[in-house]
Amino acid sequence: MSNTALAIVLAGLAAMAALPFLDTGFWLALAISIAQYAVLATAWAMFSGPTRYVSLATAAFFGIGAYTVAVLGEVLPWPVVLLVAGVIGAVLSLLVGFATLRLSGVYFVVFTFGLAELIRQLVTWFEVNVTRSMGRYVFVEITQAQIYWQLLALFGALLALGTWLARSRLGFALHVIGEDETVARHVGIDTARAKVALFALSSVFMALVGAVMAPRWTYLDPAIAFNPSISFTVLIMALLGGTRSLLGPLLGVVPLALLFEVLTARFPNHFSILVGIVFLLVVYAVPQGVSGLLARLRRGAPA
Amino acid sequence: MKKDITRRGLGLGASALVLAAPAVRAQTAAPTAVKIGYAVSKTGPNAGGTAVSITPNYQLWVRNVNATGGLRLGDRRAPIEVVEYDDRSSSEDAVRAIERLVNQDKVDLILAPWGTALNLAIGPVMNRAGYPQIAVNAVTDRAPDLGRRWPNSFWFLGTSAEYAAGLVELLSKQREAGLIGNNIAMVSVADGFGIDLVNAARPALQRAGFRASYDRTYPVGTQDMAPILAEAARSNPDAFIAFSYPPDTLAITEQARVSGFNPKMFYVGVGTAFPLFKERFGANAEGVMGIGGWQADSPRVQEYMRQHKELVGREPDRWGSSVCYASLEMLQQAIERVGRIDRPAIIRELQTGTFDTILGPMKLEGNVRREQWVVGQWQNGEFMAVAPAAKAGARPPVLPKPAWRST
Repeated sequence: MSNTALAIVLAGLAAMAALPFLDTGFWLALAISIAQYAVLATAWAMFSGPTRYVSLATAAFFGIGAYTVAVLGEVLPWPVVLLVAGVIGAVLSLLVGFATLRLSGVYFVVFTFGLAELIRQLVTWFEVNVTRSMGRYVFVEITQAQIYWQLLALFGALLALGTWLARSRLGFALHVIGEDETVARHVGIDTARAKVALFALSSVFMALVGAVMAPRWTYLDPAIAFNPSISFTVLIMALLGGTRSLLGPLLGVVPLALLFEVLTARFPNHFSILVGIVFLLVVYAVPQGVSGLLARLRRGAPA
Repeated sequence: MKKDITRRGLGLGASALVLAAPAVRAQTAAPTAVKIGYAVSKTGPNAGGTAVSITPNYQLWVRNVNATGGLRLGDRRAPIEVVEYDDRSSSEDAVRAIERLVNQDKVDLILAPWGTALNLAIGPVMNRAGYPQIAVNAVTDRAPDLGRRWPNSFWFLGTSAEYAAGLVELLSKQREAGLIGNNIAMVSVADGFGIDLVNAARPALQRAGFRASYDRTYPVGTQDMAPILAEAARSNPDAFIAFSYPPDTLAITEQARVSGFNPKMFYVGVGTAFPLFKERFGANAEGVMGIGGWQADSPRVQEYMRQHKELVGREPDRWGSSVCYASLEMLQQAIERVGRIDRPAIIRELQTGTFDTILGPMKLEGNVRREQWVVGQWQNGEFMAVAPAAKAGARPPVLPKPAWRST
């Protein structure tokens, strides 16, 4: 994305920050949901797009962030809580990254899926045996509008980072890795380190989203924080949007978030089966994502 | 003209009565209807509890109110129109559903979901929007704090400390009577309610001079209870206590029966009060104690039971269900006393009024319902309330528990 494009997008985000002055109820809730998934899906695609590693660890990092707030929210000032959440997310992603990014293909997918469950069980074990209480109350004075603004700010920061990354040596290295990892190694790229660095960057954003969202629920237990459905929702949104460009995932987030809203409101009893059908359609009908489709149309090839 | 509308409203009430069973979203613009919304867990881990203690009572109440023509607002009656959503047991979906009910559907009142987590999740939204929140199926030690923090919220099932204290008091009484000794075996599920209960029970037992010679926690979803029960039996306790969830409650009781482990007092946790427990164990349920209980001999409870069976096709549970129905009766009386949909006034009435319910007169103190039945015992096929003993209508517990019969 060019600097002009980035500036336009950031200006657009700044304009959207006015929404809470117009409505603080339903539309703000919907906007929070879209903003949340926009950050998560873009962060997911930032790592998984170029490297083609399909990660199901979103819920793990999101949960870590949320749980950090549950533990520290009432003790530390809010910016410090966010900082701690980001640091924990980074440390965990580095540990996990160095341990697993040598795995490839389906092994990595399975591992990341297990990661959320592993962390959930560890937290549960800790709460049962050490703190001897399950379920934590999050009474932090944060309004819905503030949650929304923080999410917009995160999204802006993520886009700026992504733009910078695309021009950096790291971004180029990742591109080569995505095309052919063996070649990348042979031309002297430290593939493991590049992948881990990107994984950590992406994970920090996921942890921050979890931290920002936690005050919305007042009460957290491991099952709420480490909900695997977040991983799948983010994955399908990013796939629908397309992972090859920075704003691609957004093209999947907005329609799907709106669709989920309509399905929940109109078909409360058939939600799960309809969402399942949507997932199948996305994978079969739009394998390159909406952004891929648009690119093909622009090139004049038959869609 | 006005008369005409009222008649239309009555007609609607009658048709809503016909359609009430599957609680459909009646799409109508009748200005005299009262719109009541709820988002409950139709799917996900909370679906079981919701289907037992929440949904049947909401449906039954709406049916009964509409059968009389609706809620009495001043000199007319307004039938209830229901808007319902599935929160899929997710906190985020629950919050969004409430925002939708308040801002899009513009419902007049909102009924609460099942469980502590979801009630806490929607607490801030309900508070901001100024809707009364009758958190009927939530047990939290912070209930009194929450009532102060959100004056629009009402907490009906008390704190886990109350349940533990009531149980220990019952144990002490039995010991005074010379029926049991000091030796207790205790197991608990490693999840929210189980942990809270055992944390409250440990110091209470110690203060009362009991000795927990066996005290073990097991993970949620444990299938095989044989090793735990074998160890508990080896400590040869006078009383066995399990702070368990419904599946474990059934598994523990079944394993105790199979292995012939029959202490003088046998107490299991959530689920003992379910009709399923009686169906499953038949005569062997006799003498088993558990959480909850009700006054089964009260005519109004029996009438409630009959209506519940007729509408849902099965009996209600003997803990949360009747409280849920009673809370709705309170809401109805509060609305009718105020005479219009004036939410601040309804909240004030709920805070201060005394209400006539199937469970007798009910009054909240600091937005919390005090004095509930904490221990019940299956006696002659009914789950009778036995503690707190000081509460009017308590049955004396029957100890020692009869021997398991082979089936």
